[in-house]
Amino acid sequence: MSRSRRAKLQVFRVVTFVLFGAFFAGPIWFMFEFSTRGIGENSPRTLDAWKAISTYPDLVAGIVASLELAVITSIGVLVVLVPTMVWVRLRLPRLRRVIESISLLPLTIPAIVLVVGFAPMYQWLGTNFSDSILTLSLAYAILVLPYAYRALDAGLAAIDVKTLSEAARSLGASWPVVMWRVIVPNISSALLNAGLLSVALVLGEYTIANNLLYPNLQVEIVSLGRTSAGTSIAVAVASLLFAFVLLVALSFVGGQRGGRRRTRERLVQTFGRDFSGGTR
Amino acid sequence: MTASVQTTPRAGVEVRLEDLTRRYAGVTALDGLSLTMAPGELVALLGPSGCGKTTALRLLAGLEEADGGRVVIAGKDVTDVPANKREIGMVFQAYSLFPHMTAMQNVEFGMQLHDVDAPERRKRAGDMLDLVGLSGHTHKYAIQLSGGQQQRVALARALAIEPKVLLLDEPLSALDAKVRSRLRDEIRRVQLEVGITTLFVTHDQEEALAIADRVGVMNAGHIEQLGPPTAIYSRPATAFVAEFVGLTNRLAGIVKGGEVEVRGTRLPLVKPDSTEGPAIALVRPEAVSVVSDGDMSPGPLTGSVISTVFLGATSRVSVDLGDVTVLAQMPTSAVGAITAGTKVRLSLRTDPVLIARDEKAATEA
Repeated sequence: MSRSRRAKLQVFRVVTFVLFGAFFAGPIWFMFEFSTRGIGENSPRTLDAWKAISTYPDLVAGIVASLELAVITSIGVLVVLVPTMVWVRLRLPRLRRVIESISLLPLTIPAIVLVVGFAPMYQWLGTNFSDSILTLSLAYAILVLPYAYRALDAGLAAIDVKTLSEAARSLGASWPVVMWRVIVPNISSALLNAGLLSVALVLGEYTIANNLLYPNLQVEIVSLGRTSAGTSIAVAVASLLFAFVLLVALSFVGGQRGGRRRTRERLVQTFGRDFSGGTR
Repeated sequence: MTASVQTTPRAGVEVRLEDLTRRYAGVTALDGLSLTMAPGELVALLGPSGCGKTTALRLLAGLEEADGGRVVIAGKDVTDVPANKREIGMVFQAYSLFPHMTAMQNVEFGMQLHDVDAPERRKRAGDMLDLVGLSGHTHKYAIQLSGGQQQRVALARALAIEPKVLLLDEPLSALDAKVRSRLRDEIRRVQLEVGITTLFVTHDQEEALAIADRVGVMNAGHIEQLGPPTAIYSRPATAFVAEFVGLTNRLAGIVKGGEVEVRGTRLPLVKPDSTEGPAIALVRPEAVSVVSDGDMSPGPLTGSVISTVFLGATSRVSVDLGDVTVLAQMPTSAVGAITAGTKVRLSLRTDPVLIARDEKAATEA
């Protein structure tokens, strides 16, 4: 690549980054600005709205519930989806298209329509099993299915699942060992992506929780907005920043994992031995 | 590459496939296949794509279930034993090293599952990598190894668990010709050194004939002929084997009185009781010789040379007889001045030949 072409590409990258950065950061900045306004004209900036967050027990409960839901949903979806997708690839490849189509359904059905379907199920669950807000993870698992499926499918397509699992089987590995020690380490980026998407989606979900009368984070933010707009916006900004930090942190972890291997490979290539030590 | 390494030669075990049958959606992949492998023997299953050779290997490995028949290893019926409990080592056609592990970790993987303690595991993995000539590559990942090196690590990994049987599923087919030939010899050396009963599946006849104690030529789900490579080549039992293994001239003739008359030459039949009438005689190129001096008047075995191909000690000469092209393989020293366009006369050695029934060609005779 010539120097001038590289320079042009660099300028394009910077301009794109600034434009999109402004597009996404602008609203958050104005939300932050609103949440720090004082009461009355010419009042100084204040963090009262932010300090008040912890004084609303319902809001705190909503935050905790949403975080728990994000964790349960992510883990649940991965635990169910990964073995299923591997099994379909190995034993029922003809069903792949069917499974893919089914997994995409939640994208095509509006959330409000899904609620109509979920309502009787949750009525039954509430009566016979539990009315805990954590049961929402069942609905959320369906909601995140298309995103998690796509991320995992891309990861599985990048490796030869059949040969790797058969090689492991012939070496004496049981199916759980094949999954845990052979498949999972080779699709770690896909797992991370699926997990990130699930967390982001659950933290921002409002329609289903509100219509099924479960007070998650978003429901509490809307509810609080009716009485204290400043605090409501402060929580919204905080949750957005939290999701952003989480995504960056998880991406960093993913990058580190890949980076460590790349570093090790470079060391091996350069010096003919691995100085980084340890086994993964 | 041929490192001198202390390995423990094992007494191989007998392997029996008894009347194995496997169908896929109405298509019979294996049709009552039976095969007995002697302890320490290397048997190659050779055949065209879709003949069922890989299916037979996968049934032996436990990676697929048979619709009928039995798999017996060391006298024990393992037909219903899952793949991970069969104590079988396998090298695959596709590269199968675990990408997130180094060569050493790959070789150690199976031993970890067999609860071999760490010091012993590392020693044995090192020995196995030495055995396949990769002691300097222990910390490399699959992506840093060439195709041939990856297959050698896969071989070391398969042998490290000290399996009862070694299965090789076209392990050389993804490699270039030079590496393939070298690794083929390497596999044979290691197999003899370790003394393990081995089933080698391939569609490459040269590979099968070069490496195996016995070759089983498969067609349509069963073994057409099983025997030493020399017998498979020089005494094919069926027309399919004759045509699949080595080159064969198909010459129209008439069967009569236990012989077949081909272009004025009477050749004895491998099966003298063959039905009389038109047939196609299958004649090896080595049984055809070329003479370029003397009487060249037109006759059924005179024609002109199309090309000569130098093969080293021997050369292959293609001769156009007008209605058919005949291949002759002879010592290079005897080819002399024969070049394209030279008028030549062929003679057929009176070795016993097989015949194939091919109505159209036979009618043209």
